[in-house]
Amino acid sequence: MSSELIIVNGQVYDPANHVDGEVKDICVRDGKIVESVSKSATRIDAHGMVVMPGAIDIHCHIAGPKVNLARKLMPEDHRLDVHPKTAVTRSGTGGIVPSTFATGYRYCTMGYTTAMEAAVPPITARHVLEELDDTPVIDKGFYVLLGNNAFLYKLLKEGRKNEFKEAIAWWVNAVHAYTVKLVNTGSDELWKGRKNANITNVNENIDHYDITPVHVMESFIEAAHELGLPHPPHIHCNNLGHSGNISTTLDTMKAAQGRRVHMAHVQFHSFGGELNKNPVSGAREIIDYINDHENITSDVGQVMFGKATAMTADAPLAWMLRNVKLDKWVNADTECESGCGILPFSYQEAIYTHTLQWAMGLELFLMSKDPWRVLMSTDHPNGGSFMNYPKLIKLLMDSAYRREALSHLNQKAINKTVLSDLDREYTLNEIAIITRAGPARALGLANKGHLGVGADADITIYTEEEDREQMFNAPRYVIKDGITVIKDHEFATDHRGKILHSKPGYNEDIAGEIEPFFEDYYSVKFSNYAVSDDYLHLHEEIPTHPKS
Amino acid sequence: MTTLLSLHSQPDVPLEADTISPDAITGLSELGIEHLQVLHGNIKARVGDFFKVTGKGVSDICLEGDLSKVKMIGASMSVGSITVEGNVGMHVGIGMSGGQILVKGDASDWVGPEMTGGRIIVKGNAGHMVGSAFRGQAVGITGGEIFIHGDAKNEIGNSMRRGLIVIGGDAGDFTGVNMRAGTIIVMGKMGIRTGAGMIRGTVACFEDAPMLPSFEYSCKYQPLFLRLYLIRLQKNGFENKIEDRHLNGKYRRFSGDGIELNRGEILLYLR
Repeated sequence: MSSELIIVNGQVYDPANHVDGEVKDICVRDGKIVESVSKSATRIDAHGMVVMPGAIDIHCHIAGPKVNLARKLMPEDHRLDVHPKTAVTRSGTGGIVPSTFATGYRYCTMGYTTAMEAAVPPITARHVLEELDDTPVIDKGFYVLLGNNAFLYKLLKEGRKNEFKEAIAWWVNAVHAYTVKLVNTGSDELWKGRKNANITNVNENIDHYDITPVHVMESFIEAAHELGLPHPPHIHCNNLGHSGNISTTLDTMKAAQGRRVHMAHVQFHSFGGELNKNPVSGAREIIDYINDHENITSDVGQVMFGKATAMTADAPLAWMLRNVKLDKWVNADTECESGCGILPFSYQEAIYTHTLQWAMGLELFLMSKDPWRVLMSTDHPNGGSFMNYPKLIKLLMDSAYRREALSHLNQKAINKTVLSDLDREYTLNEIAIITRAGPARALGLANKGHLGVGADADITIYTEEEDREQMFNAPRYVIKDGITVIKDHEFATDHRGKILHSKPGYNEDIAGEIEPFFEDYYSVKFSNYAVSDDYLHLHEEIPTHPKS
Repeated sequence: MTTLLSLHSQPDVPLEADTISPDAITGLSELGIEHLQVLHGNIKARVGDFFKVTGKGVSDICLEGDLSKVKMIGASMSVGSITVEGNVGMHVGIGMSGGQILVKGDASDWVGPEMTGGRIIVKGNAGHMVGSAFRGQAVGITGGEIFIHGDAKNEIGNSMRRGLIVIGGDAGDFTGVNMRAGTIIVMGKMGIRTGAGMIRGTVACFEDAPMLPSFEYSCKYQPLFLRLYLIRLQKNGFENKIEDRHLNGKYRRFSGDGIELNRGEILLYLR
């Protein structure tokens, strides 16, 4: 029997289909949005409510060994935030890095129905897929870290561009990833090879490889373009958190040469000033460049005050932060693929840099001319928990609240920004773009982020309230794949989301090239490395569009 | 007048009785106290399932029976007193900010975690982690006093930041590990690795103890503050343990931990 649902009288915000607050009926059959339904369909009267597609987090860290290490590192955080079971949902622990079940449910209670895990070394993909499958309700996918891969560097050094492209496709297929992620490109070679070394200039050679980070990034962007990956390379630039890193960020964006690229958590890469001195805001330069270049999409990586956890594949960065706050931390090496650093962190209102970062994030949002390309994220849990999204929405939508908030902060930092002169207020339509339609477009998810016929029936319904934080904190209904998961603010049922992945085509011969390298340098056998389809569980392949 | 709770059925698995505290029961009737919720393993139960309650709820509570399987007694209490006639289970006085808990028997592990004030007195022995931070926490107790008249096991005062812990008997290993500040006085012997990672604070002991290599001998002297502390403790039940030689004798001072700030001190009585 087919399940049917109709949402009537709701104010619909569906920017992808140019629907801006019109009262419109939404019909759902078998998990998809359709033109019309029969009279026996379940009715939801959304009078006085706001209807939006399910929200999409384009950049977060929610599964895998690094997330687990962070959980283990902070037992005190979990003890204070128990997530009890309900009649239909399972129990877990919360805190800044919640357990898998709690992650899925908590995303859902804020109207999120899709989230993308942003950094997975290929060798840990099995664990990630298992944990993502255990993350309830939401759909999810992950980006595979290839930007510091020793074998790919070797191919680039030898100038074998075609094999390089084939190898990327092999890797994406082998681990069931969504797209490729580059983190502090080139740094791992230096970091692992010499004491506390890092890349400081993206036009510098990566030690003995005789290639530069810019060359590596260009090659990835070109290869992803040719393979037609649904989402372009997701880039975490070099020199994160160092004063004056805007020049690195601009160099990186220029390397795209007009091709699509996604710049992750740009707030962390918009520091002006001089190296080793207090940073100043460079948000203006960065956002101007993004505004002028339509090939670039970005997420902000807003910092929110309170607890956070630095969780990154950028090992030298973790070391830098560790020296700021001498506390427990983790630094790990991931074979020939990546590095890793984790440490608990807190952003404090009195601290110059923290306030500056908070203000820079808001500057980026408020000076953005195209909300489709400057998307919402806190880089959970790096800039703060995803649970801060409703508060961030309020900061964007309510300039009086923002003004009030910034009066309590470090004024020296606020005066280094133009935030107090920015009166812009986001509209509900723009919020729908930066949290829904925009991420879906950037990710190449044709069936998500909108409410047109044929889209996945991932829908959120909010009671309209003046206090936007309260409004976005607790949707009245959350519908996932046509099933009402949250009804009148309470979980009505549990639900299992699917894994989103892409399968770029490639020439099978490349495996023969990679294998000898594996047998020489890896701790696992090549035949045990690729992740079998059994690990995919519930999944959906997002089509690629290769350029011939 | 006191409220008497006597254990009539021994729980099969540990019972989390965080509702047995003056703050929770004051003003309740006998029936009201019997209906307070406790956790028996993962099952919700009532105080009355395990305790017979006599008298209506006042701020002084007396507990009878072997409570070694009853945890979290006196949780978050701020006023009044609890007297336990026998042994008591883990986490006694967790998060307490005022009042007094007197245990006439032995206490299990984790006496007074997250304490900010008040006093816990254990006449018998205590388990591990007396006045310690929970695993992962940067800071342990930030105030209050814990007096153990018998022995205590490992990690006394782990990461404590303020407050006083007194052990009348012997201490296990790692006394004052990662201490931020505060005072620990041990009247018996201490195990190994005392003060490992301590930043500030004082550990004093009447016996000789093995020192970590990261602690440096500073001097021998008569610490005046210690004399004042000991005189006060003599008036608080430790008169048999503290002799005149402890008040008037000299102490060897070691500073450390050298891997941290080096501002902590370990004082060992010089025979």
